[in-house]
Amino acid sequence: MQSQQTPNNMKRLLSSIPLAGVVVIPILIASGPAVPRDESSSSETQPEELIAVAPPPFSEGIFPCSQCHFEDDEVDSSHRDVDFHDTVQFDHAADSRWCLDCHDAKQRDMLHLADGRLISFEESYRLCGQCHAQQKRDWDAGDHGRRSGYWSGKKEYLLCAHCHDPHSPAFQPLVPLAPPIRQEEIR
Amino acid sequence: MKKPVNEDPQSVSRRNVIKSLFTLAAAYTASGCQRDADALSSFFNSHFREMSPEKLKTTLENWERRYKKTYNRELSVNATPAQEGVLFGYALDVSRCIGCRRCVYACVEENNQSRDPQIHWIQVLEMDNKHGIDLRYADAYYEAEKVPEEGKFYFPVQCQQCENPPCVKSCPVNATWKEPDGIVVIDYEWCVGCRCCVAACPYGARHFNWTRPSIPAEELNPNMEYLGNRPRPVGVVEKCTFCLQRSRNGRYPACVEVCPVGARKFGNLLDDNSEIQYILKNHRIYILKEELNTQPKFFYYFSI
Repeated sequence: MQSQQTPNNMKRLLSSIPLAGVVVIPILIASGPAVPRDESSSSETQPEELIAVAPPPFSEGIFPCSQCHFEDDEVDSSHRDVDFHDTVQFDHAADSRWCLDCHDAKQRDMLHLADGRLISFEESYRLCGQCHAQQKRDWDAGDHGRRSGYWSGKKEYLLCAHCHDPHSPAFQPLVPLAPPIRQEEIR
Repeated sequence: MKKPVNEDPQSVSRRNVIKSLFTLAAAYTASGCQRDADALSSFFNSHFREMSPEKLKTTLENWERRYKKTYNRELSVNATPAQEGVLFGYALDVSRCIGCRRCVYACVEENNQSRDPQIHWIQVLEMDNKHGIDLRYADAYYEAEKVPEEGKFYFPVQCQQCENPPCVKSCPVNATWKEPDGIVVIDYEWCVGCRCCVAACPYGARHFNWTRPSIPAEELNPNMEYLGNRPRPVGVVEKCTFCLQRSRNGRYPACVEVCPVGARKFGNLLDDNSEIQYILKNHRIYILKEELNTQPKFFYYFSI
């Protein structure tokens, strides 16, 4: 029964994410956020506590960045508006921030932390957590953001970027589903 | 003492009537129509909690056969017991909910709620910022192009799985009770449809099947629980069970997994390291109609 349910969940999960052309395989990250948990309380159905993260929501045709940006390119690292990436609406403290604060100038397919350490897009939550420490703490604890899977074991996380476009992070309004039929109109 | 003598040999005795009734029932059963035999045997069903393991097994098999016949597809009817050391709790972040009603319809699909006439186990109430949480100004029928709307907030209500449930106390036939993991369940075969519980519930969480519920066969969730999401007959009451067909197997309820803003949290209250404990320890908690001492295990909180 559970194996029948899983594809449904994945579909549901993914339909809410603007994923395009990404192979749908949850990537298991062993070094993900730690969730301290008492083994005795976990269910027998899912004993291992793996943390699965859906692939990052790349825009189609954009990633890998190294298609266009080469490692030995000369980089103008002055803060400015970049005209090529006109699909990117940048509204994330734009006065004090620009592309190369997060994207790495040399390793284009990577991001970097404030201290220069390179991280992959799959670990982008570490980058977000540098400024949004409280949200990161709550996300680690399963408070901020959505989880799916097992309350008693294996959980699937979403990255920050699945819900918040990193370039324009405010949560976008949604079209609500239909209101219920009024009691007096039910026949 | 003189025995009463049946003067007319043609007259009908009580014994003969009963005899022929049983013969008829036996013939009916033996006639090969398994489904009708199942219907007949379910008429003589015992209360769920009084069933022996063998009786429970045959009852579940009966229902599987009946539903397979009705919906013409593979399915299972289970009676998963509560896990030991588990008391389920639920938390909903009022400051994040945007009122999109994804939870309402995920619940309908997961729990085989009737599409026509419509039954929803979750009501999302739209409230005014200026009034705060005040049910006098709540609207479940709001229509909007996009949510959240300016000046509004949203407050979903469903069964609060009370520790002190007024619905259970009000049931004259013990057809509803609180399970060891805290979930209040209903035995649909024992419910007489008196609706005392509907009136007793202060949260409007119980819903009555006034007419035969209808679910398109292709939309049926085939993973069913006897005390949970199996299709209900006409004339019984139903309500949220924290998706016990999922939660008792370790999974999150459907509404938790579908919420696009992650406002819904679920877990084991007895586990100090659970998400639900983290939330109860770290946020302001609001209990709906706390003054009634129903002691809900459904907590509203404010993270922002």
